[in-house]
Parts: sequence; structure tokens; C-alpha cells
Amino acid sequence: MSKSNQVLEEITSKEYEHGWTVNLETEEAPKGLNEDIVRFISSKKNEPEWLLEWRLKAFRQWQKMVEPKWPNVTYPAINYQDIIYYSAPKQKVKPNSLDEVDPELIKTFEKLGISLTEQKRLTGVAVDAVIDSVSVATTFKEKLSELGIIFCSFSEAVKEHPELVKKYLGSVVPMNDNYFAALNSAVFSDGSFCYIPKGVRCPMELSTYFRINAANTGQFERTLIVADEGSYVSYLEGCTAPMRDENQLHAAVVELYTMKGAEIKYSTVQNWYPGDKNGKGGIYNFVTKRGLCAGDHSKISWTQVETGSAITWKYPSCVLKGDYSVGEFYSVAVTNNYQQADTGTKMIHIGKNTRSRIVSKGISAGKSQNSYRGQVHIMKRAANARNHSQCDSLLMGDQCGAHTFPYIDVENNSARIEHEATTSKIGEDQIFYCLQRGIDEEAAVALIVNGYAKEVLNQLPMEFAVEAQKLLALTLEGSVG
Amino acid sequence: MSTPVTRDLVTEIIENQPVFDVAHSSRTLAWEQFKKLGLPSAKHEEYRFTPITRHLEKNFSWTSGNPESTLSSISEFLIPQLDANVIVLVNGRFNALHSKIVSLESEVTITTLSEAFRKEHPAVKEYFNKNLNTETDAFAALNTAGWHEGVFIHVQENTAVSKPIFILQVNDGSQSPVISQTRILGVLEKGSNISIIEKSDSTGNQTAFHNFAEEWIIKENAHLEYCKIQNDTGKVCQVSNSVIHQASNSKLNTFTLTLDGQLIRNNLHILIDGENCESHFYGLYLLAGSTHADNHTVVDHRKPNSFSNEMYKGIMDGNSKGVFNGKIYVRPHAQKTNAFQSNRNIIVSDTATVNTKPQLEIWADDVKCSHGCTSGQLDEEALFYLRSRGISETNAKAMLLYAFAAEVLEPIQNETLKAYLDNLIAERLHKNF
Repeated sequence: MSKSNQVLEEITSKEYEHGWTVNLETEEAPKGLNEDIVRFISSKKNEPEWLLEWRLKAFRQWQKMVEPKWPNVTYPAINYQDIIYYSAPKQKVKPNSLDEVDPELIKTFEKLGISLTEQKRLTGVAVDAVIDSVSVATTFKEKLSELGIIFCSFSEAVKEHPELVKKYLGSVVPMNDNYFAALNSAVFSDGSFCYIPKGVRCPMELSTYFRINAANTGQFERTLIVADEGSYVSYLEGCTAPMRDENQLHAAVVELYTMKGAEIKYSTVQNWYPGDKNGKGGIYNFVTKRGLCAGDHSKISWTQVETGSAITWKYPSCVLKGDYSVGEFYSVAVTNNYQQADTGTKMIHIGKNTRSRIVSKGISAGKSQNSYRGQVHIMKRAANARNHSQCDSLLMGDQCGAHTFPYIDVENNSARIEHEATTSKIGEDQIFYCLQRGIDEEAAVALIVNGYAKEVLNQLPMEFAVEAQKLLALTLEGSVG
Repeated sequence: MSTPVTRDLVTEIIENQPVFDVAHSSRTLAWEQFKKLGLPSAKHEEYRFTPITRHLEKNFSWTSGNPESTLSSISEFLIPQLDANVIVLVNGRFNALHSKIVSLESEVTITTLSEAFRKEHPAVKEYFNKNLNTETDAFAALNTAGWHEGVFIHVQENTAVSKPIFILQVNDGSQSPVISQTRILGVLEKGSNISIIEKSDSTGNQTAFHNFAEEWIIKENAHLEYCKIQNDTGKVCQVSNSVIHQASNSKLNTFTLTLDGQLIRNNLHILIDGENCESHFYGLYLLAGSTHADNHTVVDHRKPNSFSNEMYKGIMDGNSKGVFNGKIYVRPHAQKTNAFQSNRNIIVSDTATVNTKPQLEIWADDVKCSHGCTSGQLDEEALFYLRSRGISETNAKAMLLYAFAAEVLEPIQNETLKAYLDNLIAERLHKNF
């Protein structure tokens, strides 16, 4: 293992690839948070009265709440008055087509390798791009609307489909769900909204790309996806941020709502700036993600590849309310240097014959701490519920930590629950086996790590699987192929 | 008896502290710690599923203390045919009448803890209250501050004590409610070997609260076999704090059997503070009625090259509630650690519940650690197999449950003890074949 240790040491010299900034002219709210800021954001977005009321209610609840202390992460206290809660690339009027979008912006996304230009139809992914806090462009809109699919920015949805937004906003994650969800509910600036009508199978991957660009800002976006009876959608989410010495806060909320027989597949490749090798800077990623399987036979599947952020605090969950509904969670979380991740899932079984599956793979290197925290709760009514959880941790280096905190609460005797977890490093016998067959040490480590994460990476849509593999390689440069 | 829940139990405990003639300095310190800690609230992470404070507030008054018992016979609590040293504590008092020491003083010192304090035994001075977590656990602090009586065991160097030590603790609630606090300190010198059987029982219709704490020191190359049997009545609430400290090359086998009681909380804390240690800890909880049993185990690997293996199994019937929390810590530098843990539960009735939380916290990279836990019902196919061979459903179920439970008994060395436990389990699971 000496060589792979050497290789691991080299990782630290690798710089974050997306760490540049663009000089976009932005419009910002003053620093700090009070009711006026909430009103300011709401009026900036020309929001209807009910939404302002909703925000204010959330803000008042937030003021009464305290920041959670239970996650296995440590960070200096956040000064919530020192954050800019609204920052938007300056645009005089709402662009009607991509030609009118600021060319700097287009360049930004080209730099990220995301096609906003519809000429690149070959990529076949509809993108909604969010910079700082505001959605700047949505592609393929027309083609989708032919099928009745609504895919637009959140503020657009508020204007054009208020009945849908009003009905489902906060239906999965209530505004007072937790500290950061309440904060988000008060100050969220934009996000993506998606509605798939009855029986429609969305023909392409829908995708949101988040980027924090301005300094001192927090990003608070909100995603709401509603899948009506018998529909299907696969949704991707990606994110990057520039390198800065200070910590920036990202507190998003994602709500998924599936009706009878519907399925949502939600994939995330999270690559926020993780801070430098001394742990300076980086994004605090405090996100609430939850899906509600409201109808019978519905399904929600979360896949996440977490490589970025200084601190990750994220538990994509499924509430299995409908009978025969299915929840899945596949995760690879990689931490390096001084990164801290406390991530996992919650599977709440309410309906009969509900099934859930959890596969979590953690890889820790450097001086990082990587925790899995999950809950499987079988309610009294959930007869014949079934769960299988597997959480494995791989340790690379003797100064990192891997932790597992699974909660298993069973109130129904017909439920069958299995949970297993292992922690180990790459076995010398495994390396030896590869060496024997003429595979050098570096390639062997790559092979083993890829194999280790494969079960999760296989769940990703094609376009993302490639990116995810590259990201893994980047984060653990040298040890992964 | 019941008192309003709003009263401040902590104040009541402090106001009713008895006066003791030994161990003043450790008691004073522990009182301060207890005052600072208070009793765990319902939101306390370690007591999330076990609302013990509410339970105590509702059912106990601290004014009762530990009354004298008039218990004349203890034969029903003994293990038949067990050839052992016997120490009996009734309502937290040493009972000389029923106790008998047969092992020689040159092998092992067995006395009450207060006598060991009076005689200023060097081992007491050195090890008493050394590892117990009085700073973080309110019940450990409360015990250290207010223990009534206890047992002190000191095994001489390179001695294998041939006869086991049977410690019987009985709470007699036939006259009035009982609150007893007892304590064990055991020190195994280098290369020694001993087997301990600790059993708690109760009698009478009044409520009892038994706050028990024990500390064991296993020095180099020593070997401890430890068996705990909790067989209280449905009126008893018990908290048991056990801390076992292991030095290099030592070996530990523990077994915890929880049968009855109202609310049982066990904290088993194993400190592996040496290389090449081996620890096996097994547990079995067979619950029925409204028994609430909570097993919290911690194995703390502080040094490299050690091995730990944990297996806890539970069968929940009636309205019972089983709680399990198993922590494995592997500290930095505790390389080459192998740690395994498994928790398996069967829920028999519609109204029983289980909350389990296995937990791994690992800071060293060259380790092999795993945990697994399951919760479910009896295997349909196994049941069908037995039914198809003409075995009645009740018998088939009993047979499968017995097989599930009896696995945990396998490693017990003492044949008399094993047979006794086997019998207890079979009786409990209505095995009649």
C-alpha cells in the first residue's frame, strides 16, 4: 500500500477545477436578515400576496427555532446577519430567448460544460440554470410543453401556475420542518418547478444546474417536482461554486410529490467548493430533501454522488404513504482534506407492503470525517414493510474517520428489516490479487474503488455517470483511474 | 403509589441523601456531578427511547430508602446444584446469613465493599470509581454518591479460582417500596481467571428501584467470565452501569440475560486498553407483558490488535419494548482492530416494538469492523417445514424461537449454569416437546 499512500498524499495538491469567478453584474440585497429583507425579496420577484405571507410566517417560525447541534460536524457559528440573502445577475428585462441572455452568462455555463444553447440537441438534457439565487435560463421548454410538462423556474411557476405551486409548496417539507428549511422558506429566491401530467413519461432528463458566483451570498433555492398519476421523470442536479476563503451557506429545499403509480428518479452530483487543503473556505451545504409517495404503487429514487462542500448535512428521505410504494436511496459520499459529511436518509413506512432500499458508500481520505446517519421507521399500519440497508465505509489514510448512526424503529411485527454495515480499508489481499495479475498498484486501487462505488454509480443516468466518475477521480486523484 | 409528575425529583433525591461512613471524598464529588447532570430528559440522545426520568417521577418517592427485609428464605432465587461462593445482598444490605465463602483467601478476597474501604485495601484505593462515567451518566453519579453496600472481589496473581462467585441481589418489596443502590468492584490481577454470576431478583408487591453499578479491572493475561441474569418482577425498575477495563492479552466473556422487570436499562462499557485483547459479549432479552428493556453497549478500542465480538438477540411479545444501542469506537492508532456486532430481533405480537441503533465510529484506517441488525418474524418456510412434519403450530413456533435464543448460550463454560439458563429460556418460550 505504500505507493497508494503516496498517491493519496498527492491528492491534496490538486486544485478545485471550478474555482473561477465571472464578473457578472449582480443586483444584491443588503446584508442581514429581517422582515424587510423577506419583503424585499418577495417584491423583487413580483410575488403574489399569499406567497409573501407564507414567507413571513416561515420567517417568524425560524426566529423561534435553534440551529440543530446533533449532526456529527463542527464549524464556527454562522452569523446569519452577515449573509446577503438575495443576489441576482442583473438583467433589465426577462429574456425571451437565449439570444437575449447576457453573453457572459452563456460563457459561464459553457465553461462548466453545460449547454444552454439548444443547438446542442444531441446532449438531450433540458437544463434550468440557477446562478447565485436566480434561475437564468431554461432550455427545451417548448418541446416539453407539447407533452404538457411544465418545467420552468420557480418564480415563473408562481406567476403562471399559482394553483399548482400553492397546492404543493410545503406539502412535503413543511415550512417549520427544521431550522434550515424554515430559513429557506423565508428567503428562497428561485429554483426549479416541474409538473408531469397524468400518464406522461418525460422523454428526456430534466436538469438543474446551481452555481454560487457572488461573494458573501447564501444560496437558497427551492425545487418542487410533482408527478401526477402514472407519470415518470428523471431529474438531475449539479452544482459548483468559486473558490473563496470564506464559508458560504447553501440551504436548499427539494420536495418531490408522486401520485398513484408515478415515479421520480432524482440524481445529484454535488460538487460545491470543498475548501482548500487546510480546510479554509468552502460551502456549508445544509439541505432538506424529501419525497412523498402519496399514491399507491408510487416510487421515489434518490441517487447522490457527494464530493464537494466543506460541510454536508443532507438526508434525502422518502415518506412511503401509499400502499405498495417504493423508496430507494443510493449514495456515494467522498470526503478529503478537512471535509465533513453527515449524510444519509430516512425511510418512513406508513402504507402497507411498502419497500425501501438503502445503499450508502462512504469514502474518507485525508483528515475528513464521513458519517452515515439514517432512519428506517416502520409505523404501526405498515404491514409487510420491507427494508434492506447497506452502508459501507472505506478509509484511506489514518487520520480520517468513518461513522455510522442507523436508527431502526419498528412498530409492526410483520416488517422485515435488515441492516448491515462494514468499515475497512482496501485489503492487502485485494491489492495482492491484482498485482499477481499484472495490474499495477495504482490501477488496482482505482479498480477496487470503482468497483466499490459501482452499485451506486450504475443508478445514475448516462450523462451523469460519466461526470460522477470523473469527479470521483478528481477528489481522490491518483488513487482512482 | 403515585405522586404528581411536576415535583422536582432531583431536589427530592438530594434532600433525602443518607449519611455514610465510608468513601466520603468520592461521594462528595459524585453529588456535585449529579447535581450538575440532573436526571436525563426525554430528549437526551442516550435515553431517547427510555423515558426513565418520567417513569421514576411517576412511580417513586425518594423518602422510602432501603427498608430492612424480613425475608427468611432465598432458596427460590438460587441456581440449583451450583457449587459456588455465594454473596447475598437484600435491599442493598449485605445478608451474612445466606452468604457463604468457600474459596481460600490465598486465591481470592471476597468482602463487602464497605469493609474493603474500612480496611483500606490498596486495590480499592487505586481502582474504585476510576473508570465509571460519573461525569456523563446521572445514574452512575447517583450510585457513586449514594451506594448502600457492595461487593469487593480481588483475585490474586496467576490464580485460577476454581469455584465461581455467585452474587445474588434481591429487592424485597413485601413491606414497603424499595430504593437500593449497590456497587461491585472487581480486580483481576495478572494471569488470573475467575467466573462471576450476578443475578437480580425481587419479591413483593411494592415498587422497587435498583440502581446498580460495577467496575471490573482485568489486568494482563487475566480472564473474566461474567454472566448477568435479570429476573425481576414487573414492579422493578433497574439501571445497571457496568464498566470493564481490559489490559493487554486479557480475555473477557460476558453474557446478559434479561427476562422480566418493568423498566430495565443496562449500560455495558468495555474499555479495550491493551493489545491482543479478546472480548465477547452476548445478550438475550426475552420480553413479555409491558417490560421495557434497554441495552446500551459501548466497546472502546483504544489500542491496536484487539478483537471484539458482540451478539445481542431479542424476542418481544405482549406490549414489551426492546431497545438496543451498540457503539463501536476505534480510536486513532488502534490499528488492526477487528470488531463485529450483530443485533437480531423477533417481534411476536402486534403491539411490541423495537428500536435499535447500531453505531460505528472509526478513526483508524487499518481495521475490519461490521455490524448487522435485523428485525422480523419467524421464517414462514421453516414454520411450514415443521408443520408438514406433524408438529403443531404452537410447538413449531416455540421450537424456532428456542433455537433462535439458545444460540446465545453456546459460549457459556459452566455446565450447571448453562443447563439452568437453558431451562429458564425453554420455560419462558413454552417449549414443551
